[in-house]
Amino acid sequence: MDTELNYLELVTKDIRFTDCYKTCMNCGICSAICPAAHVYDYKPRELYSIIQRGSNSEIKTMLSSDIIWECGQCLSCKPRCPRNNIPGVLVQILRKVSQQTGLYKQSTKGIAQKEIVRSIGKNIYATGYCISPDALIPSDHPELGPVWEWTYENREDLYPRLGSPYKKETIGSVRAIPSKTITELQMIFELTNGTDFLNTIMEGESWQ
Amino acid sequence: MAITKQKEIAKDNYFFVRSCIRQTFFPGAEQALINILKSNLKLNILEDVNHTSCTGIGFHTDIVPLETTMAVIARQFSLMNQSGCSNLLVSCVTSFGLYHEIIDLWHHHPELEAKTREVLWTATRREFTIPTSIAHTSDLLYLYRNELALQSLYQLVSIKTGKPLKVVDHIGCHYAKIFPKQGLGGSEFPVVLSGLITSMGGESIDYPERRHCCGFGFRHYVLKESRGYSMTNTKIKLESMAPYNPDLIIANCPGCAMFLDRWQYTLSEIEGKTYDKQGLGIPVLTHEELAALMLGINPWDIGLQMHQVPVESLLNKIGISYSPVNKYKLTDSKPTTIPKKASILQ
Repeated sequence: MDTELNYLELVTKDIRFTDCYKTCMNCGICSAICPAAHVYDYKPRELYSIIQRGSNSEIKTMLSSDIIWECGQCLSCKPRCPRNNIPGVLVQILRKVSQQTGLYKQSTKGIAQKEIVRSIGKNIYATGYCISPDALIPSDHPELGPVWEWTYENREDLYPRLGSPYKKETIGSVRAIPSKTITELQMIFELTNGTDFLNTIMEGESWQ
Repeated sequence: MAITKQKEIAKDNYFFVRSCIRQTFFPGAEQALINILKSNLKLNILEDVNHTSCTGIGFHTDIVPLETTMAVIARQFSLMNQSGCSNLLVSCVTSFGLYHEIIDLWHHHPELEAKTREVLWTATRREFTIPTSIAHTSDLLYLYRNELALQSLYQLVSIKTGKPLKVVDHIGCHYAKIFPKQGLGGSEFPVVLSGLITSMGGESIDYPERRHCCGFGFRHYVLKESRGYSMTNTKIKLESMAPYNPDLIIANCPGCAMFLDRWQYTLSEIEGKTYDKQGLGIPVLTHEELAALMLGINPWDIGLQMHQVPVESLLNKIGISYSPVNKYKLTDSKPTTIPKKASILQ
Protein backbone atom coordinates (compact mmCIF):
# COMPACT_ATOMS: atom_id res chain seq x y z
CA MET A 1 0.00 0.00 0.00
CA ASP A 2 1.34 3.38 -1.03
CA THR A 3 1.22 5.59 2.07
CA GLU A 4 2.00 8.85 0.27
CA LEU A 5 -1.13 9.34 -1.81
CA ASN A 6 -4.58 7.82 -1.88
CA TYR A 7 -4.96 7.44 -5.64
CA LEU A 8 -8.51 6.10 -5.41
CA GLU A 9 -9.52 9.22 -3.54
CA LEU A 10 -7.83 11.47 -6.10
CA VAL A 11 -9.82 9.74 -8.84
CA THR A 12 -13.17 9.60 -7.06
CA LYS A 13 -13.10 13.22 -5.88
CA ASP A 14 -13.25 14.50 -9.47
CA ILE A 15 -16.73 15.94 -9.90
CA ARG A 16 -17.27 13.90 -13.07
CA PHE A 17 -16.64 10.59 -11.30
CA THR A 18 -20.21 9.98 -10.14
CA ASP A 19 -21.45 10.77 -13.66
CA CYS A 20 -19.14 8.32 -15.41
CA TYR A 21 -18.84 5.54 -12.87
CA LYS A 22 -21.73 3.27 -11.96
CA THR A 23 -21.42 -0.36 -11.03
CA CYS A 24 -19.78 -2.13 -13.97
CA MET A 25 -20.97 -5.69 -14.63
CA ASN A 26 -18.11 -6.39 -17.04
CA CYS A 27 -20.41 -7.21 -19.94
CA GLY A 28 -17.72 -6.02 -22.38
CA ILE A 29 -19.97 -4.01 -24.71
CA CYS A 30 -17.62 -1.02 -24.35
CA SER A 31 -14.65 -3.18 -25.32
CA ALA A 32 -16.54 -4.59 -28.30
CA ILE A 33 -17.40 -1.15 -29.68
CA CYS A 34 -14.10 0.56 -28.78
CA PRO A 35 -11.89 1.64 -31.74
CA ALA A 36 -8.85 1.58 -29.44
CA ALA A 37 -9.56 -2.08 -28.67
CA HIS A 38 -9.24 -2.75 -32.43
CA VAL A 39 -5.71 -1.37 -32.39
CA TYR A 40 -4.27 -1.94 -28.92
CA ASP A 41 -4.52 -4.62 -26.26
CA TYR A 42 -6.94 -2.29 -24.52
CA LYS A 43 -10.22 -3.11 -22.81
CA PRO A 44 -12.09 -0.20 -21.22
CA ARG A 45 -13.86 -2.53 -18.80
CA GLU A 46 -10.52 -3.39 -17.21
CA LEU A 47 -10.26 0.20 -15.97
CA TYR A 48 -13.56 -0.26 -14.17
CA SER A 49 -12.47 -3.59 -12.70
CA ILE A 50 -9.35 -1.95 -11.25
CA ILE A 51 -11.33 0.92 -9.74
CA GLN A 52 -13.96 -1.48 -8.40
CA ARG A 53 -11.30 -3.61 -6.68
CA GLY A 54 -10.09 -0.44 -4.97
CA SER A 55 -6.46 -1.47 -4.46
CA ASN A 56 -4.35 1.68 -4.16
CA SER A 57 -1.24 -0.02 -5.52
CA GLU A 58 -3.16 -1.43 -8.47
CA ILE A 59 -4.65 2.00 -9.24
CA LYS A 60 -1.17 3.54 -9.00
CA THR A 61 0.13 0.93 -11.44
CA MET A 62 -2.72 1.75 -13.84
CA LEU A 63 -2.01 5.49 -13.60
CA SER A 64 1.67 4.78 -14.40
CA SER A 65 0.91 2.56 -17.38
CA ASP A 66 0.25 2.98 -21.10
CA ILE A 67 -3.29 1.64 -20.79
CA ILE A 68 -4.91 4.93 -19.78
CA TRP A 69 -3.39 6.66 -22.84
CA GLU A 70 -4.84 4.26 -25.41
CA CYS A 71 -8.43 5.55 -25.50
CA GLY A 72 -9.10 7.75 -28.55
CA GLN A 73 -11.81 9.82 -26.81
CA CYS A 74 -14.46 9.08 -29.45
CA LEU A 75 -16.98 8.35 -26.66
CA SER A 76 -18.49 5.50 -28.71
CA CYS A 77 -18.74 3.72 -25.34
CA LYS A 78 -21.20 6.22 -23.88
CA PRO A 79 -24.45 5.34 -25.67
CA ARG A 80 -23.74 1.60 -25.46
CA CYS A 81 -23.18 0.92 -21.76
CA PRO A 82 -26.28 -0.70 -20.25
CA ARG A 83 -25.30 0.69 -16.84
CA ASN A 84 -24.64 4.27 -18.02
CA ASN A 85 -20.92 4.12 -17.36
CA ILE A 86 -18.79 6.40 -19.51
CA PRO A 87 -15.32 4.84 -19.88
CA GLY A 88 -14.11 7.74 -22.04
CA VAL A 89 -14.81 10.21 -19.25
CA LEU A 90 -13.24 7.94 -16.62
CA VAL A 91 -10.14 8.00 -18.83
CA GLN A 92 -10.17 11.83 -18.75
CA ILE A 93 -10.08 11.69 -14.94
CA LEU A 94 -7.35 9.04 -14.83
CA ARG A 95 -5.17 11.04 -17.23
CA LYS A 96 -5.65 14.19 -15.18
CA VAL A 97 -4.62 12.44 -11.96
CA SER A 98 -1.70 10.73 -13.70
CA GLN A 99 -0.38 14.10 -14.85
CA GLN A 100 -1.03 15.86 -11.53
CA THR A 101 0.87 13.20 -9.61
CA GLY A 102 3.71 12.84 -12.13
CA LEU A 103 2.94 9.15 -12.76
CA TYR A 104 2.48 9.85 -16.48
CA LYS A 105 6.26 10.04 -16.80
CA GLN A 106 6.52 6.32 -16.09
CA SER A 107 4.61 5.54 -19.27
CA THR A 108 6.11 5.92 -22.75
CA LYS A 109 2.70 7.02 -24.01
CA GLY A 110 2.09 9.26 -21.02
CA ILE A 111 5.29 11.22 -21.31
CA ALA A 112 4.30 12.11 -24.88
CA GLN A 113 1.93 14.62 -23.29
CA LYS A 114 4.89 17.01 -23.34
CA GLU A 115 4.88 16.87 -27.13
CA ILE A 116 1.17 17.71 -27.17
CA VAL A 117 1.78 20.74 -24.97
CA ARG A 118 4.55 21.87 -27.34
CA SER A 119 2.14 21.72 -30.29
CA ILE A 120 -1.54 22.08 -29.31
CA GLY A 121 -0.90 23.80 -25.96
CA LYS A 122 1.45 26.36 -27.44
CA ASN A 123 -0.92 27.04 -30.33
CA ILE A 124 -4.02 27.64 -28.19
CA TYR A 125 -2.12 29.87 -25.80
CA ALA A 126 -0.46 31.97 -28.49
CA THR A 127 -3.03 32.08 -31.30
CA GLY A 128 -6.39 31.13 -29.79
CA TYR A 129 -6.63 28.12 -32.13
CA CYS A 130 -5.87 24.48 -31.39
CA ILE A 131 -4.54 24.12 -34.91
CA SER A 132 -4.06 26.41 -37.88
CA PRO A 133 -2.37 26.00 -41.28
CA ASP A 134 1.01 27.25 -40.02
CA ALA A 135 1.13 24.47 -37.42
CA LEU A 136 0.92 21.63 -39.93
CA ILE A 137 4.41 21.59 -41.42
CA PRO A 138 4.39 19.07 -44.31
CA SER A 139 7.60 17.35 -43.20
CA ASP A 140 5.88 16.53 -39.90
CA HIS A 141 2.77 15.36 -41.77
CA PRO A 142 3.75 13.28 -44.78
CA GLU A 143 0.44 11.43 -44.43
CA LEU A 144 -1.40 14.58 -45.49
CA GLY A 145 -0.01 14.11 -48.98
CA PRO A 146 1.18 16.40 -51.76
CA VAL A 147 -1.99 18.49 -51.89
CA TRP A 148 -1.41 19.60 -48.31
CA GLU A 149 2.21 20.39 -49.18
CA TRP A 150 0.93 22.57 -52.03
CA THR A 151 -1.67 24.14 -49.70
CA TYR A 152 0.97 24.93 -47.11
CA GLU A 153 3.39 26.44 -49.61
CA ASN A 154 0.67 28.57 -51.19
CA ARG A 155 -1.34 29.35 -48.08
CA GLU A 156 -0.96 33.13 -48.30
CA ASP A 157 -2.73 33.15 -51.68
CA LEU A 158 -4.95 30.08 -51.36
CA TYR A 159 -6.88 30.95 -48.19
CA PRO A 160 -7.82 34.47 -49.40
CA ARG A 161 -8.78 32.88 -52.75
CA LEU A 162 -11.36 30.86 -50.76
CA GLY A 163 -12.79 33.84 -48.90
CA SER A 164 -10.60 33.72 -45.80
CA PRO A 165 -9.35 37.01 -44.32
CA TYR A 166 -6.14 35.02 -43.64
CA LYS A 167 -4.44 36.47 -40.57
CA LYS A 168 -6.34 39.76 -40.70
CA GLU A 169 -8.37 40.84 -37.66
CA THR A 170 -11.78 40.50 -39.22
CA ILE A 171 -14.44 37.79 -39.19
CA GLY A 172 -13.74 34.64 -41.19
CA SER A 173 -11.63 31.53 -41.14
CA VAL A 174 -7.91 31.63 -40.30
CA ARG A 175 -8.33 35.20 -39.08
CA ALA A 176 -5.93 36.75 -36.61
CA ILE A 177 -7.55 36.71 -33.20
CA PRO A 178 -7.11 40.17 -31.64
CA SER A 179 -4.47 40.52 -28.94
CA LYS A 180 -7.02 41.71 -26.35
CA THR A 181 -8.82 38.39 -26.84
CA ILE A 182 -5.59 36.42 -26.46
CA THR A 183 -5.03 38.32 -23.20
CA GLU A 184 -8.52 37.32 -21.99
CA LEU A 185 -7.86 33.71 -22.98
CA GLN A 186 -4.54 33.62 -21.16
CA MET A 187 -6.14 35.19 -18.08
CA ILE A 188 -8.73 32.40 -18.10
CA PHE A 189 -5.90 29.85 -18.29
CA GLU A 190 -4.16 31.55 -15.34
CA LEU A 191 -7.24 31.72 -13.11
CA THR A 192 -8.38 28.16 -13.82
CA ASN A 193 -4.93 26.66 -13.23
CA GLY A 194 -4.71 25.85 -16.93
CA THR A 195 -1.30 27.48 -17.21
CA ASP A 196 -0.08 25.70 -14.06
CA PHE A 197 -1.32 22.40 -15.47
CA LEU A 198 0.67 22.92 -18.67
CA ASN A 199 3.71 23.88 -16.61
CA THR A 200 3.28 20.77 -14.45
CA ILE A 201 3.29 18.53 -17.52
CA MET A 202 6.39 20.29 -18.88
CA GLU A 203 8.22 20.20 -15.49
CA GLY A 204 9.57 23.71 -15.95
CA GLU A 205 10.60 23.22 -19.57
CA SER A 206 9.71 26.18 -21.79
CA TRP A 207 6.70 25.60 -24.03
CA GLN A 208 5.14 28.99 -24.78
CA MET B 1 -31.96 2.94 -29.18
CA ALA B 2 -33.94 4.70 -31.89
CA ILE B 3 -34.79 8.33 -31.27
CA THR B 4 -38.57 8.70 -31.58
CA LYS B 5 -38.78 12.48 -31.26
CA GLN B 6 -36.25 14.61 -33.12
CA LYS B 7 -34.76 17.67 -31.47
CA GLU B 8 -36.05 21.12 -32.31
CA ILE B 9 -33.77 23.18 -34.55
CA ALA B 10 -34.11 26.96 -34.39
CA LYS B 11 -35.02 28.30 -37.82
CA ASP B 12 -33.09 31.58 -37.76
CA ASN B 13 -30.96 34.10 -35.83
CA TYR B 14 -27.74 32.28 -35.03
CA PHE B 15 -24.37 33.23 -33.62
CA PHE B 16 -21.78 31.25 -35.59
CA VAL B 17 -18.63 29.76 -34.08
CA ARG B 18 -15.95 28.41 -36.42
CA SER B 19 -13.81 25.29 -36.29
CA CYS B 20 -10.01 25.05 -35.98
CA ILE B 21 -9.89 21.99 -38.25
CA ARG B 22 -12.51 23.10 -40.75
CA GLN B 23 -10.88 26.50 -41.25
CA THR B 24 -7.55 24.77 -41.83
CA PHE B 25 -8.62 22.06 -44.27
CA PHE B 26 -11.95 23.34 -45.59
CA PRO B 27 -11.89 27.16 -45.44
CA GLY B 28 -13.98 27.37 -48.60
CA ALA B 29 -16.65 25.15 -47.05
CA GLU B 30 -17.13 27.52 -44.10
CA GLN B 31 -17.34 30.46 -46.48
CA ALA B 32 -19.77 28.61 -48.76
CA LEU B 33 -21.96 27.75 -45.77
CA ILE B 34 -22.20 31.38 -44.70
CA ASN B 35 -23.07 32.40 -48.27
CA ILE B 36 -25.76 29.70 -48.51
CA LEU B 37 -27.32 30.60 -45.16
CA LYS B 38 -27.31 34.33 -45.84
CA SER B 39 -27.91 34.53 -49.60
CA ASN B 40 -29.87 31.42 -50.46
CA LEU B 41 -31.83 30.98 -47.25
CA LYS B 42 -31.89 34.65 -46.14
CA LEU B 43 -30.99 33.78 -42.55
CA ASN B 44 -29.56 36.11 -39.94
CA ILE B 45 -26.11 34.72 -39.04
CA LEU B 46 -23.80 36.79 -36.84
CA GLU B 47 -20.14 36.36 -35.91
CA ASP B 48 -17.58 38.01 -33.69
CA VAL B 49 -13.89 38.29 -34.52
CA ASN B 50 -13.15 37.69 -30.83
CA HIS B 51 -14.31 34.12 -30.55
CA THR B 52 -11.60 31.51 -30.09
CA SER B 53 -11.13 27.78 -30.19
CA CYS B 54 -13.38 26.02 -27.67
CA THR B 55 -10.14 24.23 -26.58
CA GLY B 56 -11.71 20.93 -27.71
CA ILE B 57 -8.57 19.28 -29.07
CA GLY B 58 -6.62 20.43 -26.00
CA PHE B 59 -9.38 19.15 -23.72
CA HIS B 60 -9.57 15.73 -25.37
CA THR B 61 -5.77 15.42 -25.48
CA ASP B 62 -5.92 16.06 -21.72
CA ILE B 63 -3.68 19.10 -21.55
CA VAL B 64 -6.48 21.63 -20.90
CA PRO B 65 -8.32 21.18 -17.59
CA LEU B 66 -12.11 21.03 -17.40
CA GLU B 67 -12.26 24.31 -15.47
CA THR B 68 -10.37 26.13 -18.23
CA THR B 69 -12.56 24.72 -20.97
CA MET B 70 -15.72 25.67 -19.07
CA ALA B 71 -14.58 29.29 -18.76
CA VAL B 72 -13.52 29.51 -22.43
CA ILE B 73 -16.91 28.16 -23.50
CA ALA B 74 -18.67 30.56 -21.13
CA ARG B 75 -16.76 33.36 -22.87
CA GLN B 76 -18.10 32.20 -26.25
CA PHE B 77 -21.62 32.32 -24.80
CA SER B 78 -20.93 35.86 -23.60
CA LEU B 79 -19.97 36.90 -27.13
CA MET B 80 -23.17 35.27 -28.40
CA ASN B 81 -25.17 37.28 -25.84
CA GLN B 82 -23.44 40.47 -27.01
CA SER B 83 -24.55 39.75 -30.58
CA GLY B 84 -28.18 39.66 -29.47
CA CYS B 85 -28.60 36.02 -30.55
CA SER B 86 -29.60 33.17 -28.29
CA ASN B 87 -29.05 30.35 -30.80
CA LEU B 88 -25.56 28.97 -31.28
CA LEU B 89 -24.49 27.54 -34.64
CA VAL B 90 -21.40 25.34 -34.41
CA SER B 91 -19.09 24.38 -37.28
CA CYS B 92 -17.04 21.76 -35.43
CA VAL B 93 -18.43 18.43 -34.21
CA THR B 94 -15.95 18.24 -31.29
CA SER B 95 -17.10 21.71 -30.20
CA PHE B 96 -20.75 20.72 -30.65
CA GLY B 97 -20.27 17.79 -28.28
CA LEU B 98 -18.26 19.83 -25.81
CA TYR B 99 -20.77 22.70 -25.62
CA HIS B 100 -23.50 20.19 -24.80
CA GLU B 101 -21.24 18.39 -22.32
CA ILE B 102 -20.42 21.56 -20.40
CA ILE B 103 -24.07 22.66 -20.27
CA ASP B 104 -25.02 19.18 -19.04
CA LEU B 105 -22.31 19.32 -16.36
CA TRP B 106 -23.59 22.71 -15.20
CA HIS B 107 -27.13 21.31 -15.11
CA HIS B 108 -26.08 18.45 -12.84
CA HIS B 109 -23.53 20.43 -10.84
CA PRO B 110 -24.74 24.05 -10.51
CA GLU B 111 -21.73 24.86 -8.35
CA LEU B 112 -19.53 24.39 -11.44
CA GLU B 113 -21.56 26.94 -13.36
CA ALA B 114 -21.37 29.36 -10.43
CA LYS B 115 -17.60 28.94 -10.21
CA THR B 116 -17.28 29.44 -13.99
CA ARG B 117 -19.26 32.68 -13.76
CA GLU B 118 -16.95 33.90 -11.03
CA VAL B 119 -13.80 33.03 -13.01
CA LEU B 120 -15.11 34.57 -16.23
CA TRP B 121 -16.02 37.81 -14.46
CA THR B 122 -12.65 38.05 -12.74
CA ALA B 123 -10.71 37.26 -15.90
CA THR B 124 -12.71 39.24 -18.45
CA ARG B 125 -15.48 41.22 -16.74
CA ARG B 126 -17.94 39.22 -18.80
CA GLU B 127 -21.25 37.56 -17.91
CA PHE B 128 -23.23 35.05 -19.92
CA THR B 129 -26.50 33.26 -20.44
CA ILE B 130 -26.65 29.71 -21.80
CA PRO B 131 -27.87 29.40 -25.43
CA THR B 132 -31.55 28.67 -25.96
CA SER B 133 -30.55 26.17 -28.63
CA ILE B 134 -27.40 24.75 -30.17
CA ALA B 135 -27.30 23.46 -33.73
CA HIS B 136 -24.52 21.91 -35.73
CA THR B 137 -24.24 23.35 -39.22
CA SER B 138 -25.34 19.98 -40.64
CA ASP B 139 -28.56 20.28 -38.59
CA LEU B 140 -29.37 23.54 -40.32
CA LEU B 141 -28.72 22.16 -43.80
CA TYR B 142 -30.91 19.17 -42.90
CA LEU B 143 -33.67 21.52 -41.75
CA TYR B 144 -33.57 23.40 -45.05
CA ARG B 145 -32.72 20.40 -47.24
CA ASN B 146 -35.87 20.51 -49.35
CA GLU B 147 -35.58 24.24 -49.95
CA LEU B 148 -31.93 23.79 -50.93
CA ALA B 149 -32.88 20.95 -53.25
CA LEU B 150 -35.42 23.22 -54.96
CA GLN B 151 -32.73 25.85 -55.52
CA SER B 152 -30.13 23.34 -56.71
CA LEU B 153 -28.87 23.22 -60.27
CA TYR B 154 -27.60 19.66 -59.90
CA GLN B 155 -28.68 16.42 -58.28
CA LEU B 156 -26.76 13.44 -56.92
CA VAL B 157 -27.77 11.53 -60.01
CA SER B 158 -25.62 9.99 -62.72
CA ILE B 159 -25.91 12.05 -65.88
CA LYS B 160 -25.07 8.92 -67.85
CA THR B 161 -27.58 6.43 -66.38
CA GLY B 162 -30.12 8.70 -64.70
CA LYS B 163 -29.76 6.61 -61.55
CA PRO B 164 -29.08 8.03 -58.07
CA LEU B 165 -25.43 8.06 -57.04
CA LYS B 166 -24.52 5.77 -54.14
CA VAL B 167 -23.49 7.84 -51.14
CA VAL B 168 -22.14 6.66 -47.80
CA ASP B 169 -22.07 8.97 -44.81
CA HIS B 170 -19.92 9.27 -41.73
CA ILE B 171 -21.22 11.15 -38.71
CA GLY B 172 -18.60 12.57 -36.36
CA CYS B 173 -18.72 10.62 -33.08
CA HIS B 174 -19.24 13.67 -30.89
CA TYR B 175 -22.30 14.75 -32.89
CA ALA B 176 -24.60 12.17 -31.29
CA LYS B 177 -22.69 9.56 -29.29
CA ILE B 178 -22.25 11.82 -26.25
CA PHE B 179 -25.86 13.00 -26.27
CA PRO B 180 -27.93 10.93 -28.73
CA LYS B 181 -30.96 13.23 -28.32
CA GLN B 182 -28.88 16.14 -29.64
CA GLY B 183 -28.26 14.36 -32.95
CA LEU B 184 -30.87 13.93 -35.64
CA GLY B 185 -31.64 10.22 -35.60
CA GLY B 186 -29.49 9.69 -32.52
CA SER B 187 -26.27 7.71 -32.55
CA GLU B 188 -27.75 4.48 -33.92
CA PHE B 189 -29.89 5.63 -36.84
CA PRO B 190 -28.45 8.99 -37.89
CA VAL B 191 -30.45 10.89 -40.49
CA VAL B 192 -28.69 14.25 -40.51
CA LEU B 193 -26.62 13.43 -43.61
CA SER B 194 -28.72 10.66 -45.17
CA GLY B 195 -31.65 13.10 -45.21
CA LEU B 196 -29.55 15.66 -47.07
CA ILE B 197 -28.28 12.98 -49.47
CA THR B 198 -31.76 11.74 -50.41
CA SER B 199 -33.11 15.28 -50.75
CA MET B 200 -30.34 15.92 -53.24
CA GLY B 201 -31.38 12.86 -55.23
CA GLY B 202 -28.73 10.41 -54.01
CA GLU B 203 -29.09 6.91 -52.57
CA SER B 204 -27.95 6.64 -48.97
CA ILE B 205 -26.07 3.38 -48.26
CA ASP B 206 -26.09 1.98 -44.71
CA TYR B 207 -22.78 0.09 -44.63
CA PRO B 208 -21.79 -2.15 -41.66
CA GLU B 209 -19.15 0.12 -40.09
CA ARG B 210 -21.12 3.31 -40.67
CA ARG B 211 -21.04 4.12 -36.96
CA HIS B 212 -17.37 3.27 -36.41
CA CYS B 213 -15.07 6.16 -35.47
CA CYS B 214 -12.93 7.64 -38.28
CA GLY B 215 -9.99 7.13 -35.93
CA PHE B 216 -8.96 10.72 -35.15
CA GLY B 217 -8.23 9.66 -31.60
CA PHE B 218 -7.10 13.20 -30.68
CA ARG B 219 -3.69 12.40 -29.11
CA HIS B 220 -3.29 9.46 -31.47
CA TYR B 221 -3.24 11.70 -34.52
CA VAL B 222 -1.37 14.59 -32.91
CA LEU B 223 1.51 12.27 -31.98
CA LYS B 224 3.45 10.88 -34.94
CA GLU B 225 4.08 7.55 -33.25
CA SER B 226 0.40 6.70 -32.92
CA ARG B 227 -1.03 7.94 -36.22
CA GLY B 228 -1.37 4.28 -37.21
CA TYR B 229 -4.35 4.19 -34.81
CA SER B 230 -6.09 6.78 -36.92
CA MET B 231 -5.26 5.12 -40.23
CA THR B 232 -6.29 1.66 -38.98
CA ASN B 233 -9.76 2.83 -38.02
CA THR B 234 -10.30 4.68 -41.29
CA LYS B 235 -9.21 1.50 -43.08
CA ILE B 236 -11.89 -0.44 -41.21
CA LYS B 237 -14.47 1.99 -42.55
CA LEU B 238 -13.14 2.02 -46.11
CA GLU B 239 -13.08 -1.78 -46.26
CA SER B 240 -16.63 -1.87 -44.97
CA MET B 241 -17.99 0.61 -47.51
CA ALA B 242 -15.99 -0.58 -50.53
CA PRO B 243 -18.25 -3.55 -51.46
CA TYR B 244 -21.14 -1.11 -52.00
CA ASN B 245 -19.14 0.82 -54.63
CA PRO B 246 -19.96 4.27 -53.27
CA ASP B 247 -19.60 7.25 -55.59
CA LEU B 248 -19.12 9.61 -52.68
CA ILE B 249 -18.47 9.84 -48.92
CA ILE B 250 -20.14 12.65 -46.94
CA ALA B 251 -19.00 13.64 -43.43
CA ASN B 252 -20.30 16.38 -41.11
CA CYS B 253 -17.16 16.54 -38.97
CA PRO B 254 -14.17 18.39 -40.44
CA GLY B 255 -11.63 16.05 -38.86
CA CYS B 256 -13.46 12.95 -40.11
CA ALA B 257 -13.74 14.38 -43.64
CA MET B 258 -10.04 15.16 -43.63
CA PHE B 259 -9.05 11.69 -42.40
CA LEU B 260 -11.34 9.83 -44.79
CA ASP B 261 -9.75 11.84 -47.60
CA ARG B 262 -6.08 11.80 -46.51
CA TRP B 263 -5.86 8.22 -45.29
CA GLN B 264 -7.07 7.03 -48.70
CA TYR B 265 -3.89 8.62 -50.05
CA THR B 266 -1.64 7.12 -47.37
CA LEU B 267 -3.23 3.69 -47.69
CA SER B 268 -2.87 3.81 -51.48
CA GLU B 269 0.83 4.60 -51.12
CA ILE B 270 1.29 1.75 -48.61
CA GLU B 271 -0.95 -0.88 -50.17
CA GLY B 272 -0.76 0.14 -53.82
CA LYS B 273 -4.53 0.09 -54.14
CA THR B 274 -7.61 2.24 -53.77
CA TYR B 275 -11.03 1.42 -52.34
CA ASP B 276 -12.93 2.06 -55.56
CA LYS B 277 -12.92 -0.01 -58.75
CA GLN B 278 -11.55 2.71 -61.03
CA GLY B 279 -8.42 3.43 -58.99
CA LEU B 280 -9.40 7.07 -58.52
CA GLY B 281 -10.28 6.94 -54.83
CA ILE B 282 -13.68 7.72 -53.32
CA PRO B 283 -14.26 11.50 -53.22
CA VAL B 284 -15.08 12.90 -49.79
CA LEU B 285 -17.23 16.00 -49.29
CA THR B 286 -18.42 17.83 -46.23
CA HIS B 287 -22.12 18.69 -45.96
CA GLU B 288 -21.47 22.34 -46.85
CA GLU B 289 -19.43 21.35 -49.88
CA LEU B 290 -22.21 19.05 -51.07
CA ALA B 291 -24.86 21.77 -50.73
CA ALA B 292 -22.65 24.36 -52.44
CA LEU B 293 -21.83 22.01 -55.30
CA MET B 294 -25.50 21.15 -55.90
CA LEU B 295 -26.35 24.86 -55.88
CA GLY B 296 -23.95 25.32 -58.76
CA ILE B 297 -21.03 27.04 -57.06
CA ASN B 298 -17.71 26.60 -58.86
CA PRO B 299 -15.89 23.62 -57.24
CA TRP B 300 -12.65 25.60 -57.05
CA ASP B 301 -14.44 28.45 -55.22
CA ILE B 302 -15.62 25.93 -52.61
CA GLY B 303 -12.05 24.71 -52.10
CA LEU B 304 -12.35 21.22 -53.56
CA GLN B 305 -8.82 21.56 -54.96
CA MET B 306 -7.65 21.17 -51.33
CA HIS B 307 -8.85 17.56 -51.23
CA GLN B 308 -6.24 14.85 -51.75
CA VAL B 309 -8.69 12.45 -53.43
CA PRO B 310 -9.52 14.19 -56.72
CA VAL B 311 -13.20 15.14 -56.98
CA GLU B 312 -13.33 15.16 -60.78
CA SER B 313 -14.76 11.61 -60.98
CA LEU B 314 -17.78 12.84 -59.01
CA LEU B 315 -18.12 16.07 -61.01
CA ASN B 316 -18.08 14.05 -64.23
CA LYS B 317 -20.71 11.61 -62.97
CA ILE B 318 -23.08 14.45 -62.03
CA GLY B 319 -22.25 16.51 -65.10
CA ILE B 320 -20.89 19.52 -63.27
CA SER B 321 -18.75 21.64 -65.56
CA TYR B 322 -15.39 22.80 -64.28
CA SER B 323 -12.16 24.22 -65.59
CA PRO B 324 -9.19 21.85 -65.17
CA VAL B 325 -6.85 24.75 -65.95
CA ASN B 326 -8.17 26.91 -63.13
CA LYS B 327 -8.11 24.20 -60.47
CA TYR B 328 -4.88 25.38 -58.88
CA LYS B 329 -4.91 28.96 -60.11
CA LEU B 330 -4.57 31.35 -57.20
CA THR B 331 -3.94 34.84 -58.53
CA ASP B 332 -3.48 36.51 -61.91
CA SER B 333 -0.11 37.89 -60.87
CA LYS B 334 1.67 34.65 -60.02
CA PRO B 335 2.34 31.55 -62.12
CA THR B 336 0.18 28.58 -61.22
CA THR B 337 1.92 25.75 -59.40
CA ILE B 338 0.42 22.30 -59.03
CA PRO B 339 0.82 19.65 -56.31
CA LYS B 340 3.23 16.79 -56.87
CA LYS B 341 1.53 13.69 -58.24
CA ALA B 342 0.64 10.86 -55.88
CA SER B 343 1.84 7.41 -56.96
CA ILE B 344 -1.58 5.78 -57.09
CA LEU B 345 -4.34 8.35 -56.60
CA GLN B 346 -4.23 10.48 -59.74
